[in-house]
Amino acid sequence: MKDQEQLLKEFQEKIDREEKIEPKDWMPEEYRKTLIRQISQHAHSEVVGMLPEGNWITRAPNLRRKAILLAKIQDEAGHGLYLYSAAETLGIDRDTLIDELLSGKAKYSSIFNYPALTWADMGAIGWLVDGAAIVNQVALCRTSYGPYARAMVRICKEESFHQRQGYEILLALCRGNAAQKKMAQDSLNRWWWPSLMMFGPSDKNSAHTAHSMNWKIKRFTNDELRQKFVDMTVPQANVLGIKIPDDKLQWNEQRGHYDFGEINWEEFNHVVKGNGPCNRQRLDDRRKAHEEGQWVRDAAMAYAEKRSNKIA
Amino acid sequence: MKNWPLFEIFIRSRNGLDHKHVGSLHASDAQMAIENARDVYSRRLEGVSIWVVESKYITASDPGDKDAMFEPAVDKIYRHPTFYKLPKEVDHM
Repeated sequence: MKDQEQLLKEFQEKIDREEKIEPKDWMPEEYRKTLIRQISQHAHSEVVGMLPEGNWITRAPNLRRKAILLAKIQDEAGHGLYLYSAAETLGIDRDTLIDELLSGKAKYSSIFNYPALTWADMGAIGWLVDGAAIVNQVALCRTSYGPYARAMVRICKEESFHQRQGYEILLALCRGNAAQKKMAQDSLNRWWWPSLMMFGPSDKNSAHTAHSMNWKIKRFTNDELRQKFVDMTVPQANVLGIKIPDDKLQWNEQRGHYDFGEINWEEFNHVVKGNGPCNRQRLDDRRKAHEEGQWVRDAAMAYAEKRSNKIA
Repeated sequence: MKNWPLFEIFIRSRNGLDHKHVGSLHASDAQMAIENARDVYSRRLEGVSIWVVESKYITASDPGDKDAMFEPAVDKIYRHPTFYKLPKEVDHM
């Protein structure tokens, strides 16, 4: 029997060699817990993320947009499922994960606690929210836990269309009349800062970063990813011809990056704590959907049991 | 409620290739697992055939036995064609 210290040393060496950790391999409890927390939060975000968009399916301006929106939302359900499956390989079951979401114990990305007020918001969500998610997820394709990395590769492959369709919605509005362009600008005004918040607290205040970097669960820090997103997005806003709502935003020749203003961390904490504009509504909707689907799950199981008894 | 069992999903991307493990999902029975696998794992023409098997029927080797299981192959390099040095004229053999 190897002692804990030896196991830990071998584990770290394996990670340093860029070897993936697989479900049945030995891993420190803290690594397992961190992954369950992070992967399940990620899964919950995909599931709750369907709600602001689901709200617009019946109001999409034409059939093409409606079919695209449906396909995007269906992808998100699938992404939630890939991630729940990855979390389950760590020894936690699906029902526990769902309970943790519905009871409010588990977190999901705060961005989905903001309302989608206009059709332009479908554009801004695709362009900015999915854009920020992609920056995060591309980095996670190289995460040290095998099943998580594989889920991320699959998600990244599918997610790229989400961002492009969102940008295309805004492009159409920005090339339209003054009212349409105003609608696009208004959605950028409302979604810009919450999108920057998606990368989480600043490195100096991030509770989990050091450990997660050491174990290569995270490959880049929150601030590095946020900077990457800003650098990538500013030129895209320029092509649209709408203005990012930040007076401090400007190119810094010396750093080779855009400087940008301070995030309102008070608002961030407020929403994380459950007091954003839609926190209560999102969870109520999820609970309602879960409860109302109960009889379907029960009936399917009863049918399966009856059939297997007949065969046996 | 009794939990829906977990199924492992394997997809053949096109004829001539092996079925490959792509992930897992919960379903009440194998038929539903196939239907859900179609929706979850083949939305973009990823496959022409799906296998599902309940996860509990898979027996896996113990990662702790990795050395005992696989190390004996390490020193048997004579099982590879490159082990044999032949004259240049016939080396494409």
